[in-house]
Amino acid sequence: MKILVPVKRVIDYNVKVRVKADGTGVDLANVKMSMNPFDEIAVEEAMRLKEAGVATEVVAVSCGVTACQETLRTAMAIGADRSILVETDVDLQPLAVAKLLAAVAKKEAPQLIILGKQAIDDDANQTGQMLAALLGWSQATFASKVVVADGKATVTREVDGGLETIEVSLPAIVTTDLRLNEPRYATLPNIMKAKKKPMEVVKPADLGVDVAPRLATVSVSEPPKRSAGIKVADIATLIDKLKNEAKVIA
Amino acid sequence: MSLLVIAEHDNAGLKAATLNAVTAAAKIGGEIHILVAGAGCGAVAEQAAKVAGVAKVRVADAAHYGDQTAENLAALIVANAAGYSHIIAAATSNGKNTLPRVAALLDVAQISEIISVVDADTFVRPIYAGNALATVKSSDATKVITVRTTGFDAAANSGGSAAVEAIAAGSDLGQSKLLGRELTKSARPELAAAKIIVSGGRGMGNGENYHALLEPLADKLGAALGASRAAVDAGFVPNDYQVGQTGKIVAPQLYIAVGISGAIQHLAGMKDSKVIVAINKDPDAPIFQVADYGLVADLFAAVPELTAAL
Repeated sequence: MKILVPVKRVIDYNVKVRVKADGTGVDLANVKMSMNPFDEIAVEEAMRLKEAGVATEVVAVSCGVTACQETLRTAMAIGADRSILVETDVDLQPLAVAKLLAAVAKKEAPQLIILGKQAIDDDANQTGQMLAALLGWSQATFASKVVVADGKATVTREVDGGLETIEVSLPAIVTTDLRLNEPRYATLPNIMKAKKKPMEVVKPADLGVDVAPRLATVSVSEPPKRSAGIKVADIATLIDKLKNEAKVIA
Repeated sequence: MSLLVIAEHDNAGLKAATLNAVTAAAKIGGEIHILVAGAGCGAVAEQAAKVAGVAKVRVADAAHYGDQTAENLAALIVANAAGYSHIIAAATSNGKNTLPRVAALLDVAQISEIISVVDADTFVRPIYAGNALATVKSSDATKVITVRTTGFDAAANSGGSAAVEAIAAGSDLGQSKLLGRELTKSARPELAAAKIIVSGGRGMGNGENYHALLEPLADKLGAALGASRAAVDAGFVPNDYQVGQTGKIVAPQLYIAVGISGAIQHLAGMKDSKVIVAINKDPDAPIFQVADYGLVADLFAAVPELTAAL
């Protein structure tokens, strides 16, 4: 069984994001970029399925600028066997990415596609569900446990009130939540090995996909700043303030 | 112009999140319809018909909608999408699961987690864990939108008298099957809808302390209990307690953060609360930068004192 793992290059989660002064976006110049943390969990889960003998091959795929090669090398250092870069300078939105991934999936014919539930840059939480729709596959989003056997995946999902477990027929899409696993660190020998693993580069036109954005960004602004309040000396003062100043308790 | 709001419910009752989505629809403007898809969900339809500002409730009642699986639900919404300018759901785990599937089937973009409406095509949504706000304009014929519930007041759940109409169910696609749910049982208010939230972080030390100290305080205040990701990762409480970028987004009247340092990812989930109280022994903890009232103190002494004094 083959597993496809889409990965996204995003601003590193430790970087403090700054809105550009002209309001056109956030400042990405000279900022550290990394693999989207949820996608790292996806690569790790695919590797565990391969190590358990469920999967035979793990293929990483990324859509975006040339520098996404680094993200794919990271995926291969964690253990992916090979990778595909769909290279474009166009600002890709989730629907376009889902269409590109659907085209790749039709060529690669994986039984399972595992990807992060959301990217920490646009926080859209759309790509996996859209990909499932375009392929007509079942979906198991926000996964905290995945068991694959007998042509089915049994997936425990993080939902509003707790957990739910569903069974989906394969092929299927799984999107990862934080508690699915703890990704391993890539070791130096594996980072060296990843440099020699195959990487195919294709263009959206090769896949016959129109990637034109559907949403125009009118402006990007700083959220209203919440100013620090006061420090209170003791509990009595705190209760007095909550009752008489903020009036949030009776 | 008509707008379709997807009801969030558990077959027995309409969930409050639907009311916030209705308000977002009203801000866009037009005739508001609610779609109730479920199994044995007549009571939900009746409640939906009473929501102020709703013109029509459309009900698809069939066994295979009972568990709200995305494949069946999305197919039903798409089959009934004609004539609607906007398809709207609350950004709950169901809404987030289903609506992107709808958008892709309609070949349109989804606009996720809007917090305000500029006009019928233009919306504001947080990006980068709320560290920036993007105003985006859609060029698609149908706008598929999820609504961050904290961004919109709840519509009144009485006073309306919408017509209720049954619609044909689609076929069961049979692609996924619910095996079971383990939902947290609690007499406390739901986190997402609570007026007061008491939330604990890594500073609680362990799960026993979390329960022993915060539950009595929450009981006194009639509050919901929340937690930071650090407390969830450390196993103090289940994940559905988590407030933050990857957990729940909340905006109660009063948020009491106990032993929470205030990582960006946590602040993203609670910084729109009306009043924030922080109790932490570290005076330099970032939580104090957003707190209206900060108390630098050992929580193990301060929390019981607070509980006793209320």
